[in-house]
Amino acid sequence: MRVLFKAAAGILLAAAAVLPVSAQELSIMAPAGPGGGWDQTARSLQNALQTEKLATNVQVTNVPGAGGTIGLAQFVSQNKGKADALIVGGYVMVGAILTNNAPVTLDQVTPIARLTGEYEAIVVPTSSPIKTMGDLVAQLKADPGTVSWGGGSAGGTDHITVGLIAKAAGVDPTKINYIPFSGGGEALAAIVGGKVTAGISGYGEFEQQVKAGKLRVLAVSSPERLPNVDGPTLKESGIDVEVQNWRGVWAAPDITDEQKASLISMIEKVNASKTWQDTLATKGWANTFLAGDAFADVLKQEIEKTTAVLKEIGLVK
Amino acid sequence: MESFDALLLGLSVAVQPQNLFYAFIGVLLGTAVGVLPGIGPALTVALLLPVTFKLDPGGSLIMFAGIYYGGMYGGSTSSILLNTPGESASIITALEGNKMARAGRGGPALATAAIGSFVAGLIATIALTFLAPWVVEIALNFGPADYFALMVLAFTTVSAAFGGSALRGLTALFIGLSLGLVGIDLQTGQARLAFGVPDLLDGVEVTTTAVAMFALGETLYIASLGSRMRETIEPVRGSLWMTAQDWARSWKPWLRGTALGFPIGALPAGGAEIPTFLSYSAEKALSKHPEEFGHGAIEGVAGPEAANNASAAGVLVPLLTLGLPTSATAAMMLAGFQQYGIQPGPLLFSTNADLVWGLIASLFIANTMLLVLNLPLIGMWVRLLSIPRPWLYGGILVFATLGTLGANPSQFELAMLAALGLLGFAMRYFDYPVAPVIIGLILGPLAEQQLRRALAISQGDPAALFESSIAIGIYAVCAIVLFGPVLWKLVQRKNGKTLPA
Repeated sequence: MRVLFKAAAGILLAAAAVLPVSAQELSIMAPAGPGGGWDQTARSLQNALQTEKLATNVQVTNVPGAGGTIGLAQFVSQNKGKADALIVGGYVMVGAILTNNAPVTLDQVTPIARLTGEYEAIVVPTSSPIKTMGDLVAQLKADPGTVSWGGGSAGGTDHITVGLIAKAAGVDPTKINYIPFSGGGEALAAIVGGKVTAGISGYGEFEQQVKAGKLRVLAVSSPERLPNVDGPTLKESGIDVEVQNWRGVWAAPDITDEQKASLISMIEKVNASKTWQDTLATKGWANTFLAGDAFADVLKQEIEKTTAVLKEIGLVK
Repeated sequence: MESFDALLLGLSVAVQPQNLFYAFIGVLLGTAVGVLPGIGPALTVALLLPVTFKLDPGGSLIMFAGIYYGGMYGGSTSSILLNTPGESASIITALEGNKMARAGRGGPALATAAIGSFVAGLIATIALTFLAPWVVEIALNFGPADYFALMVLAFTTVSAAFGGSALRGLTALFIGLSLGLVGIDLQTGQARLAFGVPDLLDGVEVTTTAVAMFALGETLYIASLGSRMRETIEPVRGSLWMTAQDWARSWKPWLRGTALGFPIGALPAGGAEIPTFLSYSAEKALSKHPEEFGHGAIEGVAGPEAANNASAAGVLVPLLTLGLPTSATAAMMLAGFQQYGIQPGPLLFSTNADLVWGLIASLFIANTMLLVLNLPLIGMWVRLLSIPRPWLYGGILVFATLGTLGANPSQFELAMLAALGLLGFAMRYFDYPVAPVIIGLILGPLAEQQLRRALAISQGDPAALFESSIAIGIYAVCAIVLFGPVLWKLVQRKNGKTLPA
């Protein structure tokens, strides 16, 4: 009898040793309302983790507000040292922390990985007299106020990119006439309807209108030309600007190096999985995966660059 | 009649038993979340998205359409019976609907809301089927200056919700406008009136304010009266169903509400609230019984309820034809489309015709199902009011708090709810109307953003506000609304003087 117990216990122990990761419970915070990019990233991550059996029970919580800074503050205060909590975020958060002068910053969380990214596209309606990025820059140099740019919220990725473009073209960034819109739909309607001179947003927002022949791509903000996009890069057009609106995932503050390594390895497995690759394909997200310290280094540079340009636009004192 | 053939094809897809079942589930869930204050259809679709991944695209989209329509309808039930608007688009419904319910006319109020929603949904879905390509062209011509003109029109007609005193109404409106200033200014990214509190950066939530002002304010007021309270709530007085007179007074508001809701819903920045304000004002102005407004006029329920359902169909116009999501729920439905690798937009009608027509057909099905599901339930709903008052209001408090917390789980939001509830109580106590607060909170920021956007594009030239023919047309309507009645009286007086002589 005792032998049998020992054997059973041994089998259980062995099983437990084999399954340390797969038995894991995780919570992922999307610091935004349902439906947006961060929410979709969090829910896709949840789906991949569960389908690939990398974690048994994954909960997604939404804490919307102020460009993710409300969620970030709550995440940091509630999860110190907890190895089972992740938060999704991205480049928009970098800008929001600066413009809102947020008390909790990305220095207080543990970078795990950059997951996906999207490049910005500059578009005009097909009927516009502006044919190339050169035409737009010429008008911008002649009289910056006459070029109205329609894009997302003030201080967001779109606004920052316009600031960088002006700077690179030798135009005073405080003179740009940027018109922020609250929702993607509203901005797109104004751009297609010709209410603003040019539009700027992630290429995905414009794709259908470009295919339908309603919008013309002047340039994209990627390092090289994008597949399936008929338009040059900003660099080719003589504007030395490269912007990626990336999304990534962070862990709680004060976790041990081992816990950090285990989370990084888990996200690496997600990235390599078929489920995740399929998700990227259907959602049209570019894979710009970058894990651990490499991500932390890039993040640091991004924060420096963004602080500089936001100061020049005049959004950050 | 190419559209007609396509629609028949779509109907044949939608009436498959399995799809009927999805439509039923969607309508049921939608009604349930619509009834709960705070939890909206967008959140429900977001939560269901991973679940529906296993279903076929047609089935899950049909379910989402059901949730969407159901949510719009469910919001009216709690507005009418409990004075607790479930959605921002059913705030106006509470004004007359709750008065009717207290007078034992909850049955007809719920019925006119249900049938009005059905009629509006039906007509608007037909309009979506046949007019979508044209409506969207007009919608795209709306620029910031035109939106601002629309907001001016909404402001000129807002006095309909003021009740007895214009001064009290304006005071309430300005409280709303000030609340609307709180948070990050969209045009500059700078915080206003946030006092360094991060939770205030996104502004004051409309649904929280509405629930606080209506439900909490009312509950506290009733509690403060205690045993001095004379008024008794009768669940049913007279017929549970609509009388012939109710029908006669409802059908025109349904049609007018639809005519306002569908086009404004189709505007990328139109939304579902503005048509309900406009419909309420129009009904009050056109009613043969204007004295009943504020005391339970059935027109004030029929019109706005038709308007909010029609706008729900209107929102689908830019979504299906351009891939433009113009409401949170539409954004979730777009995500639903993308989940199956389908990209709504100009090409959708040609590349995925069967799916689009299946969706439109399922809107018809969802609409009919809503009516079938809700009319028999009216008798049960109105029984809610026969619950003893302390229990009923206790229940409303729990319900309002849960809904607010469900939508935004934070202590801060709860404190906001309590603080605004106290404000609502004070306003109720000193006889100030609360609806203008909500209207100011919704319209103020919209008007401000559109005005500043228009001026930024024109680089500060105010002439740009009057350049487009759309804006001029809307201002002309404003002038008629403002000066028409005065001129009419003058003309009548003149005639009156000359005739006897």
